[in-house]
Amino acid sequence: MRQIISTMLLGTAIALAATSAAMAQDKNVKIGVLTDNSGLYADLGGPGSTVAAQMAIEDSGLAAKGWKLDLISADHQNKPDIGSTIARQWIDVEKVDIFMDVLNSGVALAVNNIVKEKNSILIDTGAATSDLTNAQCSPNTIHWVYDTYMLANSTGQALVKAGGDTWYFLTADYAFGHALERDTAAVVVKSGGKVIGTVRHPLNTADFSSFLLQAQASKAKIVGMANAGGDTTNTIKQAAEFGIVSGGQKLAGLLLFITDVHALGLKVAQGLNFTETFYWDLNDGTRAFSKRFSERMKNKAMPSMVQAGVYSGLLHYFKALEAMGGNPHDGAKVVAKMKEMPTEDALFGKGTVRADGRKLHPAYLFEVKKPEESKGPWDYYKLVGTTAADQAFRPLSESVCPLVKK
Amino acid sequence: MQALYAQLLVGLINGSFYALLSLGLAVIFGMLNIINFAHGALYMMGAFAAYFLLNLGGINYWWALLLAPIIVGIFGMILERTMLKFLTGLDHLYGLLLTFGIALIVQGVFQNYFGSSGLPYAIPDQLRGGMNLGFMFLPIYRGWVVVFSLVVCLGTWYLIEKTQLGAYLRAATENPTLVRAFGINVPRMITLTYGLGVGLAALAGVLSAPINQVRPLMGADLIIVVFAVVVIGGMGSIMGSIITGFALGVIEGLTKYFYPEASNTVVFVLMVLVLLVKPTGLTGRAA
Repeated sequence: MRQIISTMLLGTAIALAATSAAMAQDKNVKIGVLTDNSGLYADLGGPGSTVAAQMAIEDSGLAAKGWKLDLISADHQNKPDIGSTIARQWIDVEKVDIFMDVLNSGVALAVNNIVKEKNSILIDTGAATSDLTNAQCSPNTIHWVYDTYMLANSTGQALVKAGGDTWYFLTADYAFGHALERDTAAVVVKSGGKVIGTVRHPLNTADFSSFLLQAQASKAKIVGMANAGGDTTNTIKQAAEFGIVSGGQKLAGLLLFITDVHALGLKVAQGLNFTETFYWDLNDGTRAFSKRFSERMKNKAMPSMVQAGVYSGLLHYFKALEAMGGNPHDGAKVVAKMKEMPTEDALFGKGTVRADGRKLHPAYLFEVKKPEESKGPWDYYKLVGTTAADQAFRPLSESVCPLVKK
Repeated sequence: MQALYAQLLVGLINGSFYALLSLGLAVIFGMLNIINFAHGALYMMGAFAAYFLLNLGGINYWWALLLAPIIVGIFGMILERTMLKFLTGLDHLYGLLLTFGIALIVQGVFQNYFGSSGLPYAIPDQLRGGMNLGFMFLPIYRGWVVVFSLVVCLGTWYLIEKTQLGAYLRAATENPTLVRAFGINVPRMITLTYGLGVGLAALAGVLSAPINQVRPLMGADLIIVVFAVVVIGGMGSIMGSIITGFALGVIEGLTKYFYPEASNTVVFVLMVLVLLVKPTGLTGRAA
């Protein structure tokens, strides 16, 4: 009898221990926003991305359910070596669970490797290179907002269809520019066009006149700008000066953000076509979020798609954690859960995360309004076309990502 | 061949900014013995001054060309009176650190309020459009920049090297005590000189506002190149800084044509070569 009682007691003790272990599930999460806080991309990511992350934390309501969510951010200065150092320190010392934003393709590819090696998580909302979900794909990375394949596919195809069959590329000389040029050139050739030349300029160039003269001399119908941020705004502004557009050539902004259009002003930017996956004035959901976001920004800016992606990506991450009942601090496991669950939020609508880490949602082709069409500050875009989520990105059949089972 | 002419001309345009900025640096270094690292920030302030004059005061580009250098120049003179003047006679390093700190603070404040992608400033109506030169399409505004900055550079050179006032200035650098003995207010003259150098930077800022975005970091990106220009030309030499400014713009322009990937580094390669062969710079005198 005594033996039975003691066995029962032991059993209860074990059962208790098991339940208390489950109850003590770790509910601590540390989020790191790694971005360009001071350079040419700071307006499209930067401090705004941290604001978006803060909003996601507040809106998730997890704090009320006993979770402890910490947010830190750092400036990688667009340098892969600095980004890598911060990433290692964040994982090893700060115990960061998830990296957000990480714009700049050079930095993103470096951080992608570290995150994989250390089994952390990267939700990249800022970098463009489609390699993140193709040759360099990882079980720890989700590419959230856009990529070079999608941009090329949408903008490139539309322009070739409209008659722009000869292209000259102005390319930022690093991983991002190369990827964007490569993917766009492929689409141009596939759609029956021809690439007649390319010039590569260093990142963060102030004066584009030499490069623009070369583009002008090429007589290409389309001057494709495979650059971003301050480089693109300077190119557009100076192209107007050198009469590129009035001379009959067309500028193709392959990657433009609303902050760029704001910086250029409608007078210069009007008529440009380009692709984004988020615009503040798309529907009630995007408007409501953007209004709240803008109120928290020092310069009252509307969110870029990169910043919107930080919010949307984090919300999905939180949903996955909640479904798992706690934070396992196991990057690959959480990402697998995130791929299992469909995504839904007010900003990007319904979507999915594919096996290769590609987040799918529709892509929108916009045209910049004329000054007289705009009703006020930040009213900049006209929607010209929409590509469905399953059409917008690289099909899995073309993928070389080892995570994709064929 | 046509393309080459075009690149030469474009190089000359960039060279005019280098010349204006390195001239200001040379004037300040020559008279105050200070390596003014705040020059880029002051250049940026010139562009912002033009922006605010237009958007808040409705004051057009032409007036901004006059007013922005005066406003920023006064800011510079306040800096000189309250901080820089205490560095007279100290090692160059102190001036460098102080002005570098000022530059970081000014840029940080502007970036905090205006972000990084900057604000638009349109080309004035009178200078819109362009001319077809046969070998290239020259925007009228760019042509204006070259001519105007050449006039300003030569005017400054004339003022310092050929006039009575310039003679006082140069004498004051050689021997301030003696010049004071002649009844000349040397500290005031030094303050005004700093104001002049700063004004030149602000003027370059106004000139560049319609070409580039008015961005908080526009000066930080440029100033490093300008310092290389000054080192190549020889610190403190007025004509040297003007000529090297234009020459390096042209060399950079050619690099952008023949090997664009190196266009950001070519100036520094030249700087290293010049330092190896003639450490005082091309036109500098041995100290």
